[in-house]
Amino acid sequence: MHPLTCNYHLPRRNFLAAAGLGWLGTALARSAETEKTPAKSVIILWMGGGPSQLETFDPKPGTNIAGGSLARDTSVKGVQLAAGFAQLADQMEHVALVRSLTSFEGDHERGTYTLKTGNRPDPTVNFPSLGAIACHDLPAGNTEIPRHVSILPGQWPARGGVLGAEYDAFKMYDPADKVPDVTPNVSAERFAERIKDLDVVEDAFARGRGSRLGNTGHKDTMERARRMMSSEQLKAFDVSKESAALRKEYGDTPFGRGCLAARRLLEVGVRCVEVTLDGWDTHAKNHELCAKNVAILDPAFAALIRDLKKHDTLKDTIVLCIGEFGRTPIVNPVGGRDHWPHNFTAAIAGGGIRGGMVVGESDPEGGKKPKDPVPVQDLHATVLKALGINWERTLRGPIGRTIRLSSGNPVGALLG
Amino acid sequence: MLVRNLLFVVVVIAAVGGLRASLFPQNTQTRKIHLDPGTTTDDDFRAVVRKVDESFRNDWEAHGITPAPLAPDLAVARRLSLALTGSVPSLEEIRQFEHYPEGQRLDGWANHLLRDRRYSDYFADRLARAYVGTEDGPLLIYRKRRFNAWLSDQLHHNTPYGEMVRQMIAARGLNTDQPAVNFIAAAYDEGKEKPDPEKLAIRVTRAFLGLRIDCAQCHDFKNPADYEQIIWKQTDFQSLAAFFGQTRHIVTHISDGEGEYAFEDRVNGSTHEIGVGVPFSPELMPEEGTRRERLAAWVTNPQNKAFSRATVNRVWAMMFGRPLLKRIESPTLDERGPAALDILAADFASHNYDLNRLILLIASTEVFRLDSAAPFEITDAHDERWAAFPLSRLRPEQIIGSVIQAASVRTIDKNSQLFVRATRFFNEKDFVTRYGDADDDDFAKAHGTIPQRLLMMNGDLVDGKARSELLNASAQIAMFAPDDQAAVETAYLCVFTRKPTLKESEHFVAKLAGTKGDERRNHLADMYWVLFNSTEMSFNH
Repeated sequence: MHPLTCNYHLPRRNFLAAAGLGWLGTALARSAETEKTPAKSVIILWMGGGPSQLETFDPKPGTNIAGGSLARDTSVKGVQLAAGFAQLADQMEHVALVRSLTSFEGDHERGTYTLKTGNRPDPTVNFPSLGAIACHDLPAGNTEIPRHVSILPGQWPARGGVLGAEYDAFKMYDPADKVPDVTPNVSAERFAERIKDLDVVEDAFARGRGSRLGNTGHKDTMERARRMMSSEQLKAFDVSKESAALRKEYGDTPFGRGCLAARRLLEVGVRCVEVTLDGWDTHAKNHELCAKNVAILDPAFAALIRDLKKHDTLKDTIVLCIGEFGRTPIVNPVGGRDHWPHNFTAAIAGGGIRGGMVVGESDPEGGKKPKDPVPVQDLHATVLKALGINWERTLRGPIGRTIRLSSGNPVGALLG
Repeated sequence: MLVRNLLFVVVVIAAVGGLRASLFPQNTQTRKIHLDPGTTTDDDFRAVVRKVDESFRNDWEAHGITPAPLAPDLAVARRLSLALTGSVPSLEEIRQFEHYPEGQRLDGWANHLLRDRRYSDYFADRLARAYVGTEDGPLLIYRKRRFNAWLSDQLHHNTPYGEMVRQMIAARGLNTDQPAVNFIAAAYDEGKEKPDPEKLAIRVTRAFLGLRIDCAQCHDFKNPADYEQIIWKQTDFQSLAAFFGQTRHIVTHISDGEGEYAFEDRVNGSTHEIGVGVPFSPELMPEEGTRRERLAAWVTNPQNKAFSRATVNRVWAMMFGRPLLKRIESPTLDERGPAALDILAADFASHNYDLNRLILLIASTEVFRLDSAAPFEITDAHDERWAAFPLSRLRPEQIIGSVIQAASVRTIDKNSQLFVRATRFFNEKDFVTRYGDADDDDFAKAHGTIPQRLLMMNGDLVDGKARSELLNASAQIAMFAPDDQAAVETAYLCVFTRKPTLKESEHFVAKLAGTKGDERRNHLADMYWVLFNSTEMSFNH
C-alpha cells in the first residue's frame, strides 16, 4: 500500500449508500456513536535533546530537586506547570500529563528511537515509528502529498522501519521557506518538454523488459512525485496564507510556524506531523536554556490547542509533546541536568484523551521510581487505541519474526 | 602581471584543448588504460567458470528455461564499474574500451578496475558498512576513516580476505596505529565502558558467517514454523559473546584482560557466567592463543564453509545487486541456493581467500554477462534462476557517484583535481543523507520513495549537474561536438554507457538541429536531466 495513492478506501457509510443500504449505514453509525469516534491524526511536538521534566510539565517548587525553579497554577485545580507556561496553563483542561513515563535508554539516538517507535533498538528488526503506523493503518483518502511529515527534523526523524522507506517522514524545514525540491528549476514549458522526452527514453529501456520494468515501480513513484508537485494541497505548507494575528499567536519562530503548518497539513489528510524543537540537552545552564525553550514552546502549543478547538478538530487530533528522555533531579556543578530516562513526563492532548488528567507521580526526593509507572510502550498503545488502531495487531518482520504494533497496554485513565 | 595573464591564457587554451581531446579524440596518449586479461585466461580459472556456467545451464534445462541473450559489452562494463567503483565509467574510459577488440576486453576491464584505487576505496566503504554500520561511532574511541583507509589498503594489495578478517577480530593495539582494531572499537558501549561482547557476537556472525542468530541473545531461538525446534540456544550466542568478554578498551587502546564473561538474563533478571564456545564445528577451533585469536582462527578456517559461503554470497550481491541466496544473512546454515555458491566458495577457500580472483570469477560467469532484456517475456522463473540479469535499484552513493561522473567527461579518481574530488565528496555525502540510506538486504528490493524522485527532478545537486555550467559535460558537448548526432551519442555514453537507439537519436537530434549558443546548451542540459531521471539511470541492469 502506498501512502499517496490508495483512493480505494471508500468510507464505510458511502460504500453502504452506494450499495443501496443507506439505512444500515445509519444504524451502524448510531451504534458507533455510543462509543467514541477515533482520532484521525497525530501531531508530535518533539523536544529534541531531552527536556527537563522539572522545568516543564512536572515542576517541584520548593523542593531540593527544583534547584530554585518556580511553578504556576493552571486552569485545572491542583495541576501546576513550570512558571514559563503562561498560555498553556489556560488550556490545561485539554491537556493530560503522564508524570511517570519510564524508559531504559539514556543515549540520544537510542532514546529517540525508543520514544519514536515505542520499542528499544533491536538488531533483528527495525520498528516503525508511530506516524508510520498511522499512515499504514489508516486510509489514505485523496491526499497527494506525503502523509507523514517531519518539520525541522533533527538528526533522527521518524522512519518507516519494517513498513518500508515510503513511510519515512517527509522532511521539511522552516515553513517560512519553500518546500524543498517540489519546484522545477526550469520553466513549466521546459519541464513539460522534459517529461515528454522522458517517455522516449523509457520506451527504449522497456523494450525486452516488459513486466520487469513495472515491478521496479520507478514510473509509478515518478508520477506520484509529479502529482505532489502540482498538488493544490502543497499550499498547506504555506503558513503565510493564515492571518498575521494567528501567526503571531503561534510565535514568530520556526517551531511556531511548524505547529501552524502541522494544523494546515492535517486538514488535507496528512496523518502525522512531527515538529521538532531542539535545544533541550541542557548539561549546563539548565534553567536559563529551559526558560528560553519554554518561551518558544508555550505560545505554539497553546495556540495549536486553541486553533484546533476553534476548527472543531481537537477531538480528531492527538497532540503529543515528548522528548527522548528527562533530566536528572540533581543539578550538576555547572548548573545543568544530565540524561535521566528513569522517570520523565509526556504531555498529551486532544483526540479523545481526557484533558486535565495527571497520571503517575514522580519522586519529590528525586528517586528513580515513580508511582504508577507508564512504560513508553504503554503510551504508544494509548495513542494507537485513540486512533482506532488495534495496537495488538502483528506485523511480520525479517527472518519470520512477528512484532506487535505496540507491545504495551493502553493507559485506561487517559482514554476516559 | 602581464606574465601571469599570459600564463592564464595559456592554461585556458591548454585546458580547452585537453577537454576537446578527451571528448572526441581517438588517439590521445595521456591517461591511457590497459585492458589485459591477466589470470582470467589460465586453465584452472576457466575450468571454474565453466563449472559455474554448466551448473546454471543444467538448472535451466531441467526447468525448461531459455536464458536471456548475452548483454552488449558496454552494458557489462557499466555493471562492473558500478559494482567496483560505485559509478558509471567515464567517457574517457569508454572511448578507450571501444578500441579494444571484443571478446577479451571485459576480462581486461575487470582487471583494470581492480587495480584502480576507486575500487579499493569504494569496496572498503561498502564492506565497512556491512561490518560496523554507518554510524560515526564514539568520537576518538572509534576511528572510522582510519578503519576504511586500512580496509582500502588491504583490498588494493589484495591481502587474503581471511587475514583481513583475522586482524579485525583478533588485533590489539592503538586504534590509530592498528586500524583493524576499530572493528572492535566501533562496538564500544559507553555504559559498560568497554566493547560490547553481545554486539560483537552479532557483528561477527552477521558480517563474516552470514548468520543472524541475534534472537538467541535473550532466549533460545525457536523455529517460527515449529516452536518445538530450537535453532540456536541462548548459550550458543552467549558463549560466542564470551570470546569478547576479556576485551578491554582504554582510551584508544584495545587489549585483552582476564576474568570471566557473564551475561544478563533479560527474561528472569539474573546474571550467568559462561565460558567460550562456538555454535558449530568446534573441532576447527584451536586451543592456543587469546580468546579472540582462537575465534578468528575458527571463523577463517578453510574448513569453515559458512565463512567462504557468506563471503561469496555477499560479493555476489555487491556485483549483481542481489545475493545468490535469498538473503545476505540467514537464520540457519543450511539455506539452499544455486550450486554456484559451493563451487565458488570451495575455490575461494582453496585459493587462500583471494578476493580479486573471486571478483574476476564472478565477472567472468555467463550469468553475469546475460542481458536484462530478452526477445521473449522474462518471467519470475527467469529471475529466480538467474536466467536474466536482475534489475536492482542502485544505492544512493552509486546514483550520485554516477551523476557526478557523467557530468564530467574525464575520469574522477585520485588523479583528479583536489577541487573536483572535494566537490564529489561533499555532494555525495549530502545527497546520500537526503536520498535516504538502508541495509544492503532490503535496499535493492524496496521501491523508491517520492522524496528521492523529487530530489532527482528538482534538487540542486542533480539539476546543478544537468544545468549548463562550463565544467559540465553537457556544456562541453554543446561546445565541442562536431555535429548533433555526435552530441546526442556522447551524452548517452556519458550517462547510460551506451549509444542511443535510432529512435532516441532521431528524437534528440531533431531538437538540437539548427540551435546554437544558450539554446543549444539548454537542450543538452534538458537531455541530461531526462537521462538522469530515467529508470535506466536508477537501476543496475
